[in-house]
Amino acid sequence: MDVVTGHVGYILGGFLVTVELTLLGYVGALLLGTVLAVFRVGPITPLRIVGAAYVEFFRNIPLLTFLILFVFGLPDVGLTFSLFLSSAVCLAMTGAAYVCESVRSGINAVPVGQAEAARAIGLSFSKVLRLVVLPQAFRTMVPPLVNVFIGMALGSSIAAAVGVAELTNRTQQLNLEYAQAVVTFLVAGAFYVAMAFLGAGGGRWLERRLGARR
Amino acid sequence: MSADRVLFDAPGPVGRRRIRIATAATVLVIAAVIALAVKQFGDNGQLAAERWTPFGQLSYLRFLWDGLKGTLLAAGVAALISFPAGAVFGLMRISVRRPVRWLAGVYVELFRAVPLLLLIYAFLLGLPRLGVNLPIFWKLVVPIVLVNTAVLAELVRAGIGAVDRGQFEAGEAVGLRRGQVLRLVVLPQALRLIVPTLVTQLTTLLKDTTLGYVVSYPELMKQGNNLTVYTHLLIQTYLIVAVVYVVINLLLSQLAHALDRRLARRRVVDAGGAAGGGGAPHVAHETEPAGDRIAPMGQLF
Repeated sequence: MDVVTGHVGYILGGFLVTVELTLLGYVGALLLGTVLAVFRVGPITPLRIVGAAYVEFFRNIPLLTFLILFVFGLPDVGLTFSLFLSSAVCLAMTGAAYVCESVRSGINAVPVGQAEAARAIGLSFSKVLRLVVLPQAFRTMVPPLVNVFIGMALGSSIAAAVGVAELTNRTQQLNLEYAQAVVTFLVAGAFYVAMAFLGAGGGRWLERRLGARR
Repeated sequence: MSADRVLFDAPGPVGRRRIRIATAATVLVIAAVIALAVKQFGDNGQLAAERWTPFGQLSYLRFLWDGLKGTLLAAGVAALISFPAGAVFGLMRISVRRPVRWLAGVYVELFRAVPLLLLIYAFLLGLPRLGVNLPIFWKLVVPIVLVNTAVLAELVRAGIGAVDRGQFEAGEAVGLRRGQVLRLVVLPQALRLIVPTLVTQLTTLLKDTTLGYVVSYPELMKQGNNLTVYTHLLIQTYLIVAVVYVVINLLLSQLAHALDRRLARRRVVDAGGAAGGGGAPHVAHETEPAGDRIAPMGQLF
């Protein structure tokens, strides 16, 4: 236990990096994923194809494989980014594929008549989406998007494998240095569980609020 | 795909022209991005033939093939253990005995909220300190099983929850005991509902095995890594590895889609039969594949 109490700052610092990675990755994924979803439901065929290809690629490539290509491969073609930035970008790009699918199935869950009615009163594609369909789609999107958040928090640990000093990485470092550091794994686990539960709780709260306003 | 094409009117002449212009612009942008990437690769000598031809050699291919075998073995063993274990925990979660339900609940909630890599480090570095030192293969597979059992348990529970309540009641009405109702009536239907998702879960298992890279178990990622140590053909090796993963996973998700569609068709047929009996017919629309599938929680990458 004294390994933990003696390294509170070190562990909390790692947790902070994990939180930063998670939030950066999540916000990036939300933005990129929404754009991709609009591509996929829009009238421009090449963009539909780009959206579909993007989703298929990033849902099927393991995050670690992509991260290692990004971190160790890109310098070979003359592009070098910091480890932290690379990890955040990889998380965002992978998460975007899942956000895109959540948004798209949320859009699909809105009754067809809503879009038809909006078109009948003369709204354009972007207005149909922005004023009628997306506001109604948002509520059904909450659970899958919470899912993406939890996946992001847990997935950010992969950054440890390329040497980002986040929570998992620092836990492993402590364990290398100290003989009695097994308890650090429990502490790190507790941090992740707390993050996941916080995300799930926030999602339920959001769902209730959105439900009440309907 | 129901709503995909209803968000915009069938375009008139002006709209068609605009769409044509946007299409052309998009194609140009995509071509420019590809050209830029190719130029960047070319400028840094990554397209040179001697950096790619080695992968035509049998020895290189066999090296990566050995890795793929390791990947498939780890994923296969993990699947063989975690699928039945998931079913057991899923059933425990709906048990009539509170302690059983509680125990399974705690397990599922905890192991869905802990990153796989942290668990792997615990088995790799933590547990040996306590005298538990597994072979490398199991240092990878046991954590994968622990996490995926929790995810699968939730899936099984969701599948059982999706079976019509009337099925339980009918089972009880003909005098079956609870265990019999579950085993003979509900579970077969629940499993059929979650089969597509179970196939998708195989892709997750496959992706999870990439963490063999961390424990130095010779699966595809680690073998790729070993290859780059000798050849320094980093981009080439990992691109090939990435393509292998994407192709296998694409095949698996195509299979899942096909199963989804079959399931949807069957439900429509079932509903058609039931409609004559006066019950409310199921709406075929609800079985929209992507949206209606019972999705695994909290596990993405």
